[in-house]
Order: sequence, then C-alpha cells, then structure tokens
Amino acid sequence: MIKTIVSTALPVAERLLIRKNVISNGKGKGRFCIVTGTHGDELEGQMVCYEMARLVQKHIDQLDGTVEIYPALNPLGIDTIQRGVPNFDLDMNRIFPGNEHGTMVEQTAFAIYKDLKGADMVLDIHSSNLYLRESPQVRINVLNEEELVPYAKHLGVDFVWVHDAATVLEATLAHSLNSTGTRCLVVEMGVGQRINHRMCCHLVKGIFNLMKEMGIWNGETDLTDMETGELLEPIFCKGDRVAFLNAECSGVFLTEMRSGKIVDKGQSIGQIVNPLTGEILSDVKSPIDGFLFTIRAYPIVYEGSLMARIFQYNAEETEIVKAVSAAEQ
Amino acid sequence: MRKEILFKMKSTYRDDFCIEGYWFGSGEKTACIVGPMRGDEVQQQYICSQIVKALQERESSGEIADGKSILVIPSCNPFSMNVGRRFWAMDSTDINRMFPGYDQGETTQRIAAAVFKHIEGFKYGMQLASFYVPGEFVPHVRMLSTGYEDLETARLFGFPYITTRKPLPFDTTLLNYNWQIWNTSSFSIYAGLTDRIAPTTSGQTVDAVMRFLYNTQTLVSPRADELATLSPGFNSAYIDEDSLTAVVAHHAGVYVRRRFAGDFVAPGEVLAHIIHPYNGSVLEEVRSDTGGLIFFSHHRPMVFQNAMLYRIKANGK
Repeated sequence: MIKTIVSTALPVAERLLIRKNVISNGKGKGRFCIVTGTHGDELEGQMVCYEMARLVQKHIDQLDGTVEIYPALNPLGIDTIQRGVPNFDLDMNRIFPGNEHGTMVEQTAFAIYKDLKGADMVLDIHSSNLYLRESPQVRINVLNEEELVPYAKHLGVDFVWVHDAATVLEATLAHSLNSTGTRCLVVEMGVGQRINHRMCCHLVKGIFNLMKEMGIWNGETDLTDMETGELLEPIFCKGDRVAFLNAECSGVFLTEMRSGKIVDKGQSIGQIVNPLTGEILSDVKSPIDGFLFTIRAYPIVYEGSLMARIFQYNAEETEIVKAVSAAEQ
Repeated sequence: MRKEILFKMKSTYRDDFCIEGYWFGSGEKTACIVGPMRGDEVQQQYICSQIVKALQERESSGEIADGKSILVIPSCNPFSMNVGRRFWAMDSTDINRMFPGYDQGETTQRIAAAVFKHIEGFKYGMQLASFYVPGEFVPHVRMLSTGYEDLETARLFGFPYITTRKPLPFDTTLLNYNWQIWNTSSFSIYAGLTDRIAPTTSGQTVDAVMRFLYNTQTLVSPRADELATLSPGFNSAYIDEDSLTAVVAHHAGVYVRRRFAGDFVAPGEVLAHIIHPYNGSVLEEVRSDTGGLIFFSHHRPMVFQNAMLYRIKANGK
C-alpha cells in the first residue's frame, strides 16, 4: 500500500510528496524500514528499493511483519540532481529531527522522523557523493556500537566502521533515531549519480538475511557473494586505523585503482597531473599496508580533496581482508 | 594599512585562490571583521569594502588607538562569488560549517583552518553573516547562547536589537561558535539583506561597526565632523529568537508582500497575499496574530506551503 507521509504545496500546481510503500503479511509485529534519497545525488538506494519492493511482493508469503520502503526522502533533490534540498541550499541530513514549527524543510524532516520512529530497524542507504567511490560498508557511531554491530554483521557488507562521535553528526537521521530508541544502520556504498548493480543485489541479499535474523522474513537467504560464492564476514574497523589521503596540490587525479583492494605501503594510488604543462605534480602513495575502501571518482582535485581512505589491518585480520578483497575484484 | 595574503592555493583552471587581510594599526589583536564566506553575500561584500575605506581614512587621521590592531578580511571565498554559487563551487561545502578547520583535511576545512589561525586570539570578532532562508532582517547582532556570549559588549554597536539563540548540533562548526569557545567576544552581524545591496542598511551597519570600534577605544577621538554624522545608536533590546512569533504560509503560490522588515503591525493586520499562480485569485490573506515589529520577512516571490513568511517581535515581549 502506497502511503504519503508528506504532502506540501509547491508554488505552481504541484505538491512535494514523500511516499512509502508499506508491505505487510502474517501476524508478525516486526517493522523494517528502508530509507534512501536524503541526498539527491545518491542513487544506489533506488535499485535496492526497487529490488526489495519487487522481491518482498513476489514472495509475500515469506514475510511475517511489515516492510516499509521510502525511496526518496528528498524527491526534489533527486529530480534535479542536487544533493541538498532545492531552494534551500540545505543538507537534509543535518537538520534532523527537524522541527514541526520550523521552516518547510525542518517540518518535512520532523514528519519523516516521526513516521520512522518506533520501527524495529531503519536502514538508511547512502552512496557517498559525486566525488568518492566506496566499498559497501556500514557506519556506526561509537555511542551505538554495542547495540548496532550485531545487526550490521548480518548485512553482508565488506566493512563495518565504528567511528568517533562528532557533535555535527547529531543532526543526522541516524543519530536522531538511535538516540531516541529506534535502531538505524547507515549503509554507504558505490558512488553518486550511478548505480552499481552488483553492490545493490548483494545488499538486497544482506537485507533479507538481516530480516530473517530479526524474525521478519521466513524465506531462504543467501549471503554468498554472487561471483565468488563465498560467505563473507565483514572487516571490522574501530578507532584510529584509517589513513586519509588528501591531495597535496590542485590538479587532475588520475588513477586506475578500485575500492576494495589490498595495497602495500609505498604503492602508487594515482597521480595528480597538470594538463596544461604535462607535469606530474604529485605521485600519491599509500602510507601504510592496508585495505583501500574509498577511492576518488571525480578527477579534478583541489589541495585537500580526499582521494582515498585505507584501513590498516593487523595480522589476525589478514584472512578476512583477503577474502573481502577477492570478492570485490 | 597593510595588506597580507592570509591563504593562497593554486587552482588548475582558475587564478590562484587568495584570502587577503587588511591590517590597521599595530599591537594587540583587538578587532577582527570577517566578510563573506558564501558567494551570494553581496551586501556583506559591499559593507566590508566600506569598512576598509572608512578605516583607511581613520588611520590617515591617526584614529587607530596606540598598541591596537584591526584586521578586516573582505572575503573568505572570492571563488564562489565570481561564479555565482553560494557554497564552495567544487563540492558545495560551506566554509562557515568547517570551523575551527583542519589543515590536513579537505579543501574547505583547510581554508577554515587558515582563516582561523589568523583570527584566533582577537579580543572582538565580527562576522558579516547570512541566513539560509531567503529574506530580509531588521539589522541586528546575533549570538549563539554558549555561556560565553557577551551581551553587554554587543550593546556597544548601538544596533536596535541583539538576538540570541541556542546552538544546534550543526552549529558547533560555525565561526561564531568557535570564536566564542576560543575566548573571542564574537558577534554575527545581520545587515538586512544578503544577495542585494541595500544602501540604508549597509550604511547603518558600517556606522554600527565604527561605533563599536570607538566605544571599545579601538578607535579614538572621532573628528568633529564625524561626531556630527555618527549617531549615538540605540539602547539595544535583547531578543531570544525563540520568543519571535512565526507567521507561516498555509498555501503555496505567488507571494505579494504588503509589509516589510522593520514595519510595525497591528494584530490582525494583513501582511501579504498569496495569489493563485494561474487564475489570480487570492488564496490567502496572510495576517499577523500579534502586534509588533516585523523582524524577518521572507522575500522570494514564490512561496511553498508551510514556508515561514515573517517573524514578529510581539509588543511587550
């Protein structure tokens, strides 16, 4: 059943509509919500929503509870290829839980928050941005580690990253929900404005797997990688174990590197070049032995632009990292 | 006056990105004025140019107090203004959401870090700021309630109003917040408009900054002709922004304003009309529930349903 949770008049003969698809079956009380499209330039979640809506309805007898699919929290942003909310220059994921008496965007955020509150799980799917390509990962605020990591491990992503608490992130949808008793996992994968079918299909399997663990799905689930057939355990990262590679100068970043690769200390990640003079301005090298899970997708860089993130793993984690890397390639 | 390049960065396709600082006087870091961080802050750009001009004149006539220095940064983001973008054009990040900055981080974090390195440690900090909702304000000084806000010193501008508001999590990366945390008496100055130049409110704002500099003895001995033109200013009233009454659009459409920021209105008075965009019928007469001063007025010609159109300071509040 399609439900409209926000309907606000726009100036000329149109309404801003935020809709969800509510699919229920059986006697189960569990409620699993999939949300995406907060940032209008992130599209991986569109395929995940489509596949979930299709598969859940196709195998409705295996559902015991409710799945709610919200493909577009910022529909005007998606339609206009804008990350933020058009007309407001505002990142919607920095104004939660919103304000029912605030500006139109704050009211919208409040309506979304109120609608999601009380779910047994909210999965908030992001796909980086236009600039960076990410391995499939779940990001968890350290404050919610104990509560959320056990769930995240069932999603079949490559990487679970428990990051430090930052005050600025308190205005995200995930923080607003987690801090008020509704579990929310944030998935990051792929790159903005594109859809990676393989990543999306694998996440869909992971979602069914998690739903099964939560007693909402009765069907068989298969978390083996589509190409390698291997059952994957995610790499777990906590603390100060990620190296950030920022551009030391402006230029064009050329790389053939892909995310999900093991790199050696000193290995070239790419080069920053000057197209006018033909010079190599910077040879970008890995500062550590590690697992590269973020790589720049948009080639133009300014001094400081992020080009890569590399996880420094230890000897005990080698086998897991190798397995994840093999599955990604 | 001494001009200094505070930050310089090479660009592959454009001229070098430079942030310039204009120093007046010498000695204790007393007053710092920071101009636009966003590319649409045109009024703020104009005001900064007028402040630099006014300080040049005062320095020539020996009015900078001995042992005190003033820094004006007329723009932290000329690149965005030159291409008509509000935020950093490459990645749409907001420099004013990156403080105190990080010199090993992303581009706008580095810009913020470089700016903050130069402006940290001033006794008084003034930022010519803008609001994300398009509209007009009564010119005022705004502060975040961090526990470090300096309301008494804010009165020295002589603006009619000083507002405070509780910071949200997102606000901890603003310049105003970080300046306060690092022991600068910090003031965000809202000069009425953002994307257009208004001669009246820009002039009032330049006067207020000069008044503040005289009142804090950063400038001394105004000339006799100046005394005659520089008004003593107002005995500022404090407003907690939560106490302002919001007037919201119940319909979307073409928005025709009848009353403007700075106007006093009576209870029930019509403030605006919202017109059907196709047939011209009046969808809504926007009225004020309360009598008072229009502190903020939305000014784009088309409005969404639920848009905040006015914020009113009720009489007696």
